[in-house]
Amino acid sequence: MFSFENILDLPIIWYALIGTAVFLYVLLDGFDLGVGILFPFAPSDQSRDRIMNSIAPFWDGNETWLVLGGGGLFAAFPLAYAVLMPAFYLPIIFMLLGLIFRGVAFEFRFKAFGWSRKAWNYAFHLGSLTAAFMQGVVLGTFVQGIAVEGRRFAGGALDWVSPFALMTGAALVFGYALLGATWIIMKTDGETQEWARNYAGSICVCVALFMALVTLSTPLINNDIKTLWFSLPNFFYLSPLPLLAFGMFLLLWKDLRRKKECRPFFLSIGIFLMNYLGLGISLWPWIVPFRFTLWEAAAAPQSQSLLLAGTLFLLPMVLGYTAYSFYTFRGKASPEGYY
Amino acid sequence: MHLFDPVFLARLQFAFTISFHILFPAFTIGIASWLAVVEWRWLKTGNPVFESVYRMWVKIFAVNFGMGVVSGIVLSYQFGTNWSAFSDRTGNILGPLLGFEVLTAFFLEASFLGIMLFGWKRVGKMAHFGATVIVAVGTLISAFWILSANSWMQTPQGFIKGADGIFYPTNWIRIIFNPSFPYRFVHMVAAAYLTTAFVVGGVGAYYLWRRRHVGSARVMFGMAMIMAVFVAPLQLFFGDLHGLNTLEHQPAKVSAMEGLWETQRGAPLKLFGWPDQKKETTLYALEVPKLSSLILTHDFNGEVKGLKEWPSEDRPPAAWIFWSFRIMVGIGLLMIATGIAAVILFLRKRLFDTRWFQFWCMALTPSGFLAVLTGWCVTEIGRQPFIVYNVMRTADSVSPVGSGPVALSLGAFFLVYTVIFGAGTYYILKLIGKGPDMPEDASFGTHGLEKPLLVVDRS
Repeated sequence: MFSFENILDLPIIWYALIGTAVFLYVLLDGFDLGVGILFPFAPSDQSRDRIMNSIAPFWDGNETWLVLGGGGLFAAFPLAYAVLMPAFYLPIIFMLLGLIFRGVAFEFRFKAFGWSRKAWNYAFHLGSLTAAFMQGVVLGTFVQGIAVEGRRFAGGALDWVSPFALMTGAALVFGYALLGATWIIMKTDGETQEWARNYAGSICVCVALFMALVTLSTPLINNDIKTLWFSLPNFFYLSPLPLLAFGMFLLLWKDLRRKKECRPFFLSIGIFLMNYLGLGISLWPWIVPFRFTLWEAAAAPQSQSLLLAGTLFLLPMVLGYTAYSFYTFRGKASPEGYY
Repeated sequence: MHLFDPVFLARLQFAFTISFHILFPAFTIGIASWLAVVEWRWLKTGNPVFESVYRMWVKIFAVNFGMGVVSGIVLSYQFGTNWSAFSDRTGNILGPLLGFEVLTAFFLEASFLGIMLFGWKRVGKMAHFGATVIVAVGTLISAFWILSANSWMQTPQGFIKGADGIFYPTNWIRIIFNPSFPYRFVHMVAAAYLTTAFVVGGVGAYYLWRRRHVGSARVMFGMAMIMAVFVAPLQLFFGDLHGLNTLEHQPAKVSAMEGLWETQRGAPLKLFGWPDQKKETTLYALEVPKLSSLILTHDFNGEVKGLKEWPSEDRPPAAWIFWSFRIMVGIGLLMIATGIAAVILFLRKRLFDTRWFQFWCMALTPSGFLAVLTGWCVTEIGRQPFIVYNVMRTADSVSPVGSGPVALSLGAFFLVYTVIFGAGTYYILKLIGKGPDMPEDASFGTHGLEKPLLVVDRS
């Protein structure tokens, strides 16, 4: 049995890998969930077809990162998977149901007419909205900490119903909407783009407000996080993160007014990245906050080693053909090229 | 067993969601490979009928694939939500196998599916064909890993169990290629191919019967019959090998399949009957003397173990297994009969215009799905009361979640799946009703929908 445990700190590598997978999921499915969130507000049916086309070739691949996040957690930190999934039982179920509705809507709505087409439009919208909100709720519940006894979740079925988690749920809805709106700006033109640009402006303000709220309330719910961020000299080391995020907001706001087409999307990604890094720093080294660290929850080194060997070889390939797929469907979502 | 027992509810939920899910991969695996063959024929011959067949079925494939993806994501999270004790203890072993499935298959399928469906005008013909082949191979790789994981739960090896109850791997080759895996893989892939063949054949038969789309229908019907002629008998052979493997490693499952309670030499084959778990006997049995011994041991007087060999708490529920097995085998025999009839009709040059045979094939359209479902019932129920055979019990595997949330989510899945499955079936039937486009008017749309609203911005 080969194992890299003597030469590598496997749990840290896996923590980084899963963190990357989850972040890629948040970005990639973030923009297509965001498109779903904005869907009913589009100016016309034609516009709706067009924005749907702009994500149709990608959504399946995007959601696969969610499976990798879940599967990776199961493989590399089975204890965390076993504790966290029951802890998020209902939000995860609701998220899955939302993903079902929005996933099938891609195929179904193009085959439906009249009222049933409208119904699938709403299935797509409400499914995306539910999935996004529940992911935010899961995040908020996670940050607040999980009740554990032994190796099992010991809390209640409704632990996730808390003001903080509901707020993070709403925050993520707006965050995804920002990714979606800037994606639409990049992938369309004409009235659709104009509409998305208008929406992106207001959403941008909401996201900034939610970010401020979450950033300020997170240290309040946990003392360790407060000390981490607000003690010297940490405060100075960590201050670039919020400052960079703030700068990106300003630039995004300007870009929207100057009608830039591509950069707003990448700035939105940057804002997400700053938040994500901030979160990672706050919760380090917990994988089940505040009960199991990533070393305590790690799978056997043989298991982590085997999958790592495979991942080092396979992940570049995955990234390669994902990039190829995005390259194939580059440019504006054109009417003829798709459906 | 109480109705609101959390273990029972969790099992019911898993049985429901996985039964629903397996229908899609069973069809996806077969149809992806078949589409690759059709596209290859098209590129090779330039005959537009292959293109029209491809374009019709790729739409059905897309609907089916979408439903497969969303119902599959549910499963990857259910291990944790409903079976967390199982996940905690087997994660070291099953985690990497599922991780490899995602990395080697899911991404591959998802990325190239986009090109397969939407890429007609974005990539060249050969690149498109390449995408189809890659998707087909991806479905097979996916089947490889998931069946390896399932088979390990049936015939576990290559591990040690720690004092903490957690499984630790000792030999990956022995884990991945565990004793029942090769048989289960071959049996399942052949089942997927047959399922698809009978769907495609049934649809072809319908068109021939109605005298519509005759050119395309002959391609569908003809290719399906080739599969029935060759793969259906092969499947009987694969199934027999799989059964003998089960006899070696999970004899209690075979005893339940046979409805046999007493260990005996020269055991009879019970054709029909009702295995009664409490009375420990098979009621109203219709028997053929010594046949069971002959099939299982290849000797008229070979010894076959009965369920009473095992303490009653270790026995699987025999009636389910007994009847599921008979339905599966019955369908397999009907498929073989179809192949034989096809050969006879072909030799008489009546294959494409025999009305009763078209009707017969239409009736068998959903048969493969039923066989797949009942086959999985045999193997999964036959593993009970264990989740990892002889090592970990199903009852010890559930999450610390109350019956309330489990019942709620079960109800929600039931409702949602009914709506989605109903709608999906309806749209697939509509696509079948419409049939292939004639090549000349297939000019619109890529994955070719009837009403590609021209998307034009007004500005």
